[in-house]
Amino acid sequence: MTTTSTTAATTTKVLDVTGVTMKFGGLTAVRDVNLTVNGGEIVGLIGPNGAGKTTFFNCLTGLYVPTSGTVRYKDTVLPPKPHLVTQAGIARTFQNIRLFANMTVLENVLVGRHTRTKEGLWSALLRLPGFKRAEQESREKAMELLEFVGLDHKADHLARNLPYGEQRKLEIARALASEPGLLLLDEPTAGMNPAETRATEELVFAIRDRGIAIVVIEHDIRFIMNLCDRVAVLVQGEKIVEGPAEVVQRDERVIAAYLGEPYEDTTAADSAAPAPAPEAPVADGADRGDAGDGKENDR
Amino acid sequence: MTSNNTSPLIPLPASTARVVTLTGAVLALAGTFLPWTWTSAFPGDLTVTGYPGGLQVLTLVGAVLTLLFTLSGWGSPRSSEAGSGGRIRGLAWLTPGGTNSPVRLAALGVFGVTGYAIGAISYELGGLVNLELGGWIAGGGALLAVIGALALPADQPHDDDTDAWGRFRNAFSAPDPARAKDLPAWAEILIITAAFGIGLWIFAYGIATEYSELFIGFVVLAAFGFAAVLRAGLLKRLSALTAKHRNVTLTAAFAAAICFPFTQTNDQFALIGANILIFATVALGLNVVVGLAGLLDLGYVAFLGVGAYAAALVSGSPQSTIGVHFPFWAAVLTGVAASLVFGVLIGAPTLRLRGDYLAIVTLGFGEIFRITVNSLNGTSGPDVTNGSNGIPNIPDLELFGFNFGLPHDVLGFQLTRPGNYYLLMLLFTAVVVMVFRRSAESRIGRAWVAIREDETAATAMGINGFRLKLLAFALGAGLAGLAGSVQAHVSYSITPEQYQFAGSVPPNSAFLLAAVILGGMGTISGPLIGAALLYLIPAKLQFMAEWQLLLFGIALMLLMRFRPEGLVADRRKQLEFHETGQTDVPDDATLPEGATGVAKAGA
Repeated sequence: MTTTSTTAATTTKVLDVTGVTMKFGGLTAVRDVNLTVNGGEIVGLIGPNGAGKTTFFNCLTGLYVPTSGTVRYKDTVLPPKPHLVTQAGIARTFQNIRLFANMTVLENVLVGRHTRTKEGLWSALLRLPGFKRAEQESREKAMELLEFVGLDHKADHLARNLPYGEQRKLEIARALASEPGLLLLDEPTAGMNPAETRATEELVFAIRDRGIAIVVIEHDIRFIMNLCDRVAVLVQGEKIVEGPAEVVQRDERVIAAYLGEPYEDTTAADSAAPAPAPEAPVADGADRGDAGDGKENDR
Repeated sequence: MTSNNTSPLIPLPASTARVVTLTGAVLALAGTFLPWTWTSAFPGDLTVTGYPGGLQVLTLVGAVLTLLFTLSGWGSPRSSEAGSGGRIRGLAWLTPGGTNSPVRLAALGVFGVTGYAIGAISYELGGLVNLELGGWIAGGGALLAVIGALALPADQPHDDDTDAWGRFRNAFSAPDPARAKDLPAWAEILIITAAFGIGLWIFAYGIATEYSELFIGFVVLAAFGFAAVLRAGLLKRLSALTAKHRNVTLTAAFAAAICFPFTQTNDQFALIGANILIFATVALGLNVVVGLAGLLDLGYVAFLGVGAYAAALVSGSPQSTIGVHFPFWAAVLTGVAASLVFGVLIGAPTLRLRGDYLAIVTLGFGEIFRITVNSLNGTSGPDVTNGSNGIPNIPDLELFGFNFGLPHDVLGFQLTRPGNYYLLMLLFTAVVVMVFRRSAESRIGRAWVAIREDETAATAMGINGFRLKLLAFALGAGLAGLAGSVQAHVSYSITPEQYQFAGSVPPNSAFLLAAVILGGMGTISGPLIGAALLYLIPAKLQFMAEWQLLLFGIALMLLMRFRPEGLVADRRKQLEFHETGQTDVPDDATLPEGATGVAKAGA
């Protein structure tokens, strides 16, 4: 397990979020969240259902305009426009898979390359000299990515006909096609069996080894433990803890958020009493409640 | 679950059934050489012995088709006929898919045409007594052929407990043909050329039908014949070939289209051809907007109108309020530019809406155009368009000394005014086809399809949704303006009433959208075919003008129920609407690099 050893490979700040707040009318979905992600780092984002994790992602990627706060990517403030965010270098996947169902696998990845190619309508209509070259180059890059995630043999299939696990892989390949510096994964293992989850872990490490920083939302605690250098916990829109996975897992506020306060715990002095066995309770709570419910809250 | 039951609808031994079908088809064939009626009062003169005419020719063609399909299926492995020793050599290629369902469809086609002819004769001349022996023989033969064909075993097995309707439908279904052996390239190209030659001939015949009885018979036979050829698997084979030789196919299609005006002796029919091209070109432009980018535009005809008005105003017409006479190329550019500007102006505020809202807003803008043009008449507004009088007396085009209004002799054939415009319009259609194909198979086209599929995901992939939608909208508008600038000259005069949302004369928004959807969204040949049908049928059946919209509606409903992907389906749509439950295994996996975009642009 090479998880934490390469943490300090690069210490440049890739993502710097300061004071992001998102209000929907009277409801505050995300409240004053700060988060930094360094180069070559894998950061986990966990929290109970409805904690605002996906909303936070949507704020980062410009799908939502945050009520306040700024998002910096490599020292430039990002405008809240999804296509500009992608152009700047942040790519994402969706919690409920959002592939272009009626396009082929290869075409899906080619769409992902949109920001990294420049050929406009005139170039396409007149077949200017650069057109063929750029198209060929895009195809090669796309095929290389498909090979990377292990889908190159299905390049001509329609995306809708792929099995579930492969659709997730294709979404990751499509996101990688935009040559991001930061990849946001929204529950990449939801609905997967343990073997597929393992394969996804390997894939995430391989992506990190390409020099891409990763933020991952996940409910599978074992997955988070294996992968992440740092974990941030979001509860009711607020970031309550951030730190290495082992520390976060033992934090009583986190346990309380997932499992609730102990019933007898009425006096403040008594608060340190229920020291639960490490690992087990949080993982159980997560698995029972949250695995794989595709909620549609990113529109 | 699937049993091997292929029992026919009418229980007869398979070999008997085939003999009955053959006998019926031969009888129908022979009947066409005998007189069907005693008087030449019925159009087409069906009184001559030994020389089929009018509707008889259609029966003849149908009977030959039935004969060929029946013989082709003789002794095929699926027909399970006892004592038949192998298939007849040289005919097996006719039925690579189904063998018996094409026979059934062709026989029904013959029966339909002959039955219609008998009905029409007795109705128009006042009773069955007007039928001569030939009519009885042909009719009886057709009936016999249908009975025999229905007694042939089904091509695909059905469950034992399938109900009657299910068995009836099953009788007309057929398996897909296996992959064809590779022929030498020249042979494949020859096949494509021949197919387009036949297509042109059928099309020209349909346009040149001189009376509505013949046209109805033509439509009946064409529909059944098309279905029979489809079930026989020939179309699948052909589309595999055309996908392989795309440039040859395009060339062949345009060569066939160029030949069309030379096959027409009647001005009126050549004019229909030119108008079909205008309609089809606009439909193809709409296909960029609807088929690729997925923007439902219900006011598209306004762009045609803007192009036409812009070109008319600068055409030098004495009634034009601007007294200028631009040369042709400048007039066309003016038309395109005006439509383009109009498209951007309408698109910029409306394209922020999605789906149904966009449809309503574009519908509104389409009507606003017509009403505005009506009002710019000098009394309710400044005099720009002459209001409801429109701009008449638009002079004919002249290009390099070639006057489009005068007949010209080309290689011994006379090319009349509609023929000239037809060829000009064909050039523009070719341009639009090229624009469609090239834009569809590029980064821009992929972005459009991505927006159609899932706009949120598309923007998250870095696509500037608004800009690309506006680009699609403007491009579509520009293409419509191109067609409009020619339309103004072809039709001599333009009035606001030509550019309605729905009306009985085809280029209107509803018919344009119908042509795209009926033909097949996102394909090139689909809107062309759809537009041809939608123009031709009303133009040929003017006696039922009152019923036209009703029939149109019914036909549209039936088509959407049974073939929602349109007449020409792109591979994607086919999979989308007819979920088979099994994962798709593309059969063109061996195609060379660069063929992956085929699905999008169609044939």
